[in-house]
Amino acid sequence: MNLLYNDDQRLLADSAREFLAARSPASRQRALRDEPQANGFDTRLWQDAVALGWSAIPFPENLGGLDFGCMGLGPIFESIGCNLSASPLLSSVVLSGSLLHLQGNAQQQDCWLSATISGERRLALALDEHPRHNPARISLQAVPNGDGYSLTGDKYCVIDGVGADGYLVAARTGDTSPSQAHMSLFLIPADAPGLTVIALPLIDSRNHARLQLEQVQVGPQALLGEAGSAMPALDIALDRGRVCLAAEMLGMSEKLFAMTLDYLKTRVQFEVAIGSFQSLQHRAAQLYVDLALARSAVMAGLAALDDTRLSEVERQRLASLAKWKAGQTAIKVVNEAVQMHGGIGVTDELDVGLYLKRIRVAQASLGDADYHCERYGALELAHAHA
Amino acid sequence: MNAIDQFREQTRAWLEANCPPSQRKAIPEGELVWGASEVEFPNADAQLWFERMRDKGWFCPDWPAEYGGAGLSPEYNAVLESELRRLKCRPPQINLGIWMLGPVLLEFGSEEQKKDLLTPMTRGEVRWCQGFSEPNAGSDLASLKTCARDAGDHFVVDGSKIWTSYGDKSDWMYALVRTDPTASKHAGISLIVLDMKSPGVSVAPIDLISGKSAFCQVFFDGVKVPKSQLIGPLHGGWNLAKRLLQHERKAMSKFGEFSLPTHFHLLPLVSQYLPEPAGHSESALVARAVASAMNEHSYNLTVQRMGEEARTGQDVSGLMSIMKLVHTEQERDKFEVLLDVMGYRALGWDKGAFSPQELAITRGWLNSFALTISGGASEIQLNVIAKRVLGLPDVK
Repeated sequence: MNLLYNDDQRLLADSAREFLAARSPASRQRALRDEPQANGFDTRLWQDAVALGWSAIPFPENLGGLDFGCMGLGPIFESIGCNLSASPLLSSVVLSGSLLHLQGNAQQQDCWLSATISGERRLALALDEHPRHNPARISLQAVPNGDGYSLTGDKYCVIDGVGADGYLVAARTGDTSPSQAHMSLFLIPADAPGLTVIALPLIDSRNHARLQLEQVQVGPQALLGEAGSAMPALDIALDRGRVCLAAEMLGMSEKLFAMTLDYLKTRVQFEVAIGSFQSLQHRAAQLYVDLALARSAVMAGLAALDDTRLSEVERQRLASLAKWKAGQTAIKVVNEAVQMHGGIGVTDELDVGLYLKRIRVAQASLGDADYHCERYGALELAHAHA
Repeated sequence: MNAIDQFREQTRAWLEANCPPSQRKAIPEGELVWGASEVEFPNADAQLWFERMRDKGWFCPDWPAEYGGAGLSPEYNAVLESELRRLKCRPPQINLGIWMLGPVLLEFGSEEQKKDLLTPMTRGEVRWCQGFSEPNAGSDLASLKTCARDAGDHFVVDGSKIWTSYGDKSDWMYALVRTDPTASKHAGISLIVLDMKSPGVSVAPIDLISGKSAFCQVFFDGVKVPKSQLIGPLHGGWNLAKRLLQHERKAMSKFGEFSLPTHFHLLPLVSQYLPEPAGHSESALVARAVASAMNEHSYNLTVQRMGEEARTGQDVSGLMSIMKLVHTEQERDKFEVLLDVMGYRALGWDKGAFSPQELAITRGWLNSFALTISGGASEIQLNVIAKRVLGLPDVK
């Protein structure tokens, strides 16, 4: 397993950095907040990103993809973090696209995956039903009805849920007690009767939604794969999303650290730059250490997504490590960034606050540090017992 | 076949024939062989391996033949090193003189000093110790006070050195001493070598919180040191000391390659010691232990990443600067968690009621305190990162 980007990935990193710095810097996120759009992102920016091939990166060529590997998503999400750029890359491509690729049949892929890659349609994954992420707690039931199913229940916090063309809804086709069993995925168009989408405005000013399903009737063609068989694919897709979020948080952290370091060197109090104070120097040095470790964990997580020689457990372990380390580091870095900026740090004028808000949402998405610590531990301790 | 391939083939054949199979495994602490005036061998194979490598000149393969080395060019030396690694050969001897003082002597020593000092090193006949730290000069090494007063054809040394590893077993010491008390603190220091049997030298071993240790305090009371034993320029010792410390880092990584890791994997111990089902406090302990293991995992990945970056020619000085700090702080953290996980089982002092592993963990915990102090305390490491890597300004 290689922990460095290769030449192609570095080129992609350069172009992503340039593209987002020009088209979607942090000031653009501020504008999206102040003049809200239902989508939570700039539609033209997304179309141009699609034209650059971003939505095709992780998919095989026969499905219209670039076969570039998930590691190629790393530099893009780092840039997304660095510039605070909003886009449906995570929700529609990484999560929903991966599920269609891994679990969908040819007809579903024809109809939805191609349109997702081309940017004509946008999908969102409706998963969690509680304020904290945990797929094992999904209890929305899909009850057999004729040759199809009837779905009733609520979904909490669907990423980019407002205005999506369709939803991949995780539901139980069997016992609903907390477990990994009987997990199924249904592809439900946004206009399905009984489906209500309610915006969930979070601190990061992006697109989040609650979904209410009231006896939504679907045919057998809505089911991805066999009933009750979705957990392995879901787990892979979620791990991709987690590592991409980790890369985004790393990008945010590195940007914040650079801003803070600059401030320490230029802000003068008591006639000296405050960065000459040892109490601040040691804290800054500690952040540098955490960032170095976080980068290693993120690179390993990205590499694990593509490495077919790794066991499933090893992939899960590395994905959780990446999300855990990047999440912990991001919170530490941004909290220190606010504190070290002093009074200006708590003003809305400074971009640090925008990063702070996005980091907290990214931390909660797809499992926070505590969730991934528990997951990593369970994988390791099961191994130790065996 | 070109000359270097031929050398590789010959070297491989010689090592196959001459390195006893028992000497091709990692060394437990107790079986290290130290070059000295009276070498102690743990077994006959170790002695055989020592003598064969000595007679080949391969204690110091890249040193000039006139001083007892084998005169190998860097290219040939790299071949020898890779063949030694391939066969997992133990180092035939451990010697601070060869690893640290030797390269400095080759660079700065007089012709006479090279002949007198290097030749016995290459034969493994002298055990060297290092006299740097003092009771009042630890992190601030340059404030050292042990003085060497000019007395005509010799110096008279008074003072004390501390944290001298194996001071009680060494034949000679290289030491930093103050030769000009009036100069600024970095400018008045010289490097000398001295015979530990000189009148006026006394050595007291230091017991640590973990029990017996290799550390000693060395006292100098009017010790006469001939001026011929000054290395490099008078008052010019600080630059040599910096060079020595660079060699120390290399030596320590070499040392790590061969010794057995006394490494405890945290999570298997957690499953071994915590009862099931876990109560609330035990679940909290598991979370602490897992977090500690995850930090260690991140560190190991960082070591791997640094290696990959170095191989592709990237600047890894920033990553290098964090390694000692991270590794030692994580070791400390790991032992703190282990102590809580194991309860009384990690608090045993004497055998009988405790397994060897449990006793080793207790001692490991006590030893771990020294990790974040010796070789540049954590606070010094943070200073280095802040100033040299992050470019934060000094206090005016």
